[in-house]
Amino acid sequence: MIKDQEYLKSKASYCLNLAKKLGATDASVTIGNSISESVSFRNKELDESNRSDSLAISIETFKDKKKSSISSSNLQDENLKTLIEKCFETTKITPEDEFNSLPDKDLLERQIKNLDLYDDSHLENDKKIDYLKELEETASISKKIINTESGFTEYKSNFILANSDGFCNGYKSSSFYASCVAVAKDENSMERDYEYTNKRHLNDIASPSNLGKITAQQTLKKLSPKKIGSEKISIIFDRRIANGLLHSFASAISSSAIARGMSFLKDKIDQKIFSDTINIFDKPDLVKGIGSKCFDSEGVKSETLKLVESGFLKHYLVDTYSGKKLNMKSNGRSGGSTNIYFENGKISFEELLKVNSKNLYITETIGHGTNLVTGDYSVGATGFLIENGEFKYPVNEITIAGNFKDMFQNMTLANDLEFKYSANSPTMMIEGMVVAGK
Amino acid sequence: MSNFFKKSDLTRKDAENIISDTLNKCDDGELYLEESKSESILLDDNKIKKSNYSSDLGFGLRAVSGEIVAYSHSNDISKSSLKLSSENLKSTLKSSKGTYNYEIPKSNKKFYDDINPIEQKSLDSKLEVLNKVNDYLRTKDSAVKQVTASFSGEQKSIEIIRSGGESLTDIRPLIRFNVSVMLEKNGRKETGVYGIGGRQSYDDYLKNDNWKNVCEEALRIASVNLDSKPAPAGEMKVVLGPGWPAILIHEAIGHGLEGDFNRKKTSAFHDLMGQKVASEGVTIVDDGTIDKRRGSLTIDDEGTPTERTVLIENGILKNFMQDRLNARLMSTRSTGSGRRENYRHIVLPRMRNTMMLSGKQTQDEMIKSVDKGIFAVSFGGGQVDITSGKFVFNCTEAYEINNGKIGSPIKGATLIGDGPSILKEVSMVGNDMMMDPGIGTCGKAGQGVPVGVAQPSILIDKMTVGGTKI
Repeated sequence: MIKDQEYLKSKASYCLNLAKKLGATDASVTIGNSISESVSFRNKELDESNRSDSLAISIETFKDKKKSSISSSNLQDENLKTLIEKCFETTKITPEDEFNSLPDKDLLERQIKNLDLYDDSHLENDKKIDYLKELEETASISKKIINTESGFTEYKSNFILANSDGFCNGYKSSSFYASCVAVAKDENSMERDYEYTNKRHLNDIASPSNLGKITAQQTLKKLSPKKIGSEKISIIFDRRIANGLLHSFASAISSSAIARGMSFLKDKIDQKIFSDTINIFDKPDLVKGIGSKCFDSEGVKSETLKLVESGFLKHYLVDTYSGKKLNMKSNGRSGGSTNIYFENGKISFEELLKVNSKNLYITETIGHGTNLVTGDYSVGATGFLIENGEFKYPVNEITIAGNFKDMFQNMTLANDLEFKYSANSPTMMIEGMVVAGK
Repeated sequence: MSNFFKKSDLTRKDAENIISDTLNKCDDGELYLEESKSESILLDDNKIKKSNYSSDLGFGLRAVSGEIVAYSHSNDISKSSLKLSSENLKSTLKSSKGTYNYEIPKSNKKFYDDINPIEQKSLDSKLEVLNKVNDYLRTKDSAVKQVTASFSGEQKSIEIIRSGGESLTDIRPLIRFNVSVMLEKNGRKETGVYGIGGRQSYDDYLKNDNWKNVCEEALRIASVNLDSKPAPAGEMKVVLGPGWPAILIHEAIGHGLEGDFNRKKTSAFHDLMGQKVASEGVTIVDDGTIDKRRGSLTIDDEGTPTERTVLIENGILKNFMQDRLNARLMSTRSTGSGRRENYRHIVLPRMRNTMMLSGKQTQDEMIKSVDKGIFAVSFGGGQVDITSGKFVFNCTEAYEINNGKIGSPIKGATLIGDGPSILKEVSMVGNDMMMDPGIGTCGKAGQGVPVGVAQPSILIDKMTVGGTKI
């Protein structure tokens, strides 16, 4: 059983009281407990079972504008006492920083909405095994599928965030996650692809047969890929890849990157950074949302933000510390974006494929070729060549490259948005990027 | 050494009984206990931004039967918690009929000292170094607009208790010192990063004001990049510099030679044992025994002493890297490569220090032989798709080569290649093998472990460079 709110609250107040007693002017504490149970399968046989019970506490103590922190997994009072003493000793000799403070009291969340983030359902390991058996059966639709791996994880957590200004709140959340990876082989190549489902509630997850079928189809389609020549080409990002650009965008508008001058979007508020048709929202209170939060990691209330309006950047993601440095109020984004998404475009997926007579459709990228300081982007990619709206053949061992500043301005979206991840994008086309191949 | 039973109602005898009972009909398994103490001190934006100390304690109980691994971990080292884990494992492995393998090799060798690097240097003196770094860089060059410098240090104590009560222990120090600098000139911004580290005290790495050399190197990389031009796109010859660029070997070849992927036949190398997979003259080893290196281990996380494993000898594939599970299923022995990030994770076969050994040519000869290509000196991260064998890595310092001469620096481009064939494209191996500075972390299945790499300069005849200039 995960620890209840009462237990977590009593530990939190023990820590805050002790910090105050030692002379801390302010303090904050986060305590979390999570339990996950997972089962994984390989080639229709049980491969692994894993049970994880994790406790974590982190404490920050302040002496006026001095601050330091500790973290631990041991919640015994005796250990906490030693650590808090050590923390405060360190605080006293750490140099002052004028921007160090708890969040403004009037920004703290007072009312906790019920976002339906917790499902108490428990699936016994035997039932997880049944799900995975069916999943792998349906994934094995062809002799070319030579390997299947799948997993099911049930995750439950509870946490409390408390500070010496009287904030003390937390809530339970859950997730149910199932995934499948298939390997297919033909005379020319061996390829792998995947599909997964991740939901707050057990009843909402995809059926095993659906997951297995999609994985198998996607994997088979990738067999016998070709390498294409180097050229300037229109690139279409599958939804599962397009959302990665949203994550990069979110990192680039985080107030810490902006305050440190480490972002290509510094000083771009009220400037046009995307094409006219682009709108981006960040919505923390999406019911059952994967990225939903009742308050940010400092306890500050967070409301829906229209980050980009008709191509214009309207907000950064602001936390207390960097906000003070930038002379901005926190908008409840300590910890980053919540459920960030592009609003749907005007044309269908099919129409998007036909905008240009030749497109490269990308289903997977590898590598870490994103430079948020310059906006340069260069990653390895696999996908398909599309001509006149039709998938022609799979493509791999290529890279795609561009700069976000240009890519954002040359973006067109389809109208097939789905809420599947914490960042969600419709299928996305970016014109004028360079593919490097032969 | 941590006494994991000191503050617990669980006695060593209780634990041994629960372990033996749990692993009764299993092929392998153990109780893994771990206590780690770590710190992270960060200067950024002219200020000490972070000063964090962390202590972590927990256990993981593992039972292995046939191909199945059952694992349960918790922070709570108590009788009830260990029993709960034991019940969980037994319910997964109800029908197991294995015979426990008590055998585990022994060695007296140690590759680092039992020190706690955090306590060997006072916080004041760490703060002093960070402030000196900041002042030094900002005074040195007016284009410096941002400086980030950090210390991270750790001491990890582990104990492995096997069925029958055999106990194996290790104390592992690890430190890293890192400097990152951002320059802005004529509206352009570029960063340079450099770091050093390993399994010794901070001062072993910082003596003779060595922090200055780290600053200089970060500054040099950033300065080079300020003058960089767009990288070319397409297939061309690539000369790799010695040292850290060996992450190409790590990504392209290393992962594909880990036992699990080969037992499962998902690696592009699984049916190539004994065959020629690289040009003649290419020899690659994975070595856990180099004194005080970041990737070295006295024993791995199953208790097996580490070793120097020859992976490829003169072009021929000789060995995979094995943990106990994959070794048993592939009828071979563990190479001491069983590793885990911490007690929250299961053991997987992993790399330690992966090295391509020196050949005979000079870097000069390589550059001179290239009409059109690039010279890559330093890299950021890399990644590989084990199944298709395709791998990438990102240049953080690279130059054009035109008509046998090094030309302008080029912007960070991704290089992409094919693991199983890339080593056959190696046409020259340099005589200048160098270790990396001790900064690598390898990720696999969500677990990060410290690793090292080394190589001499090499010439690759054909690779795709992912630039923007066609």
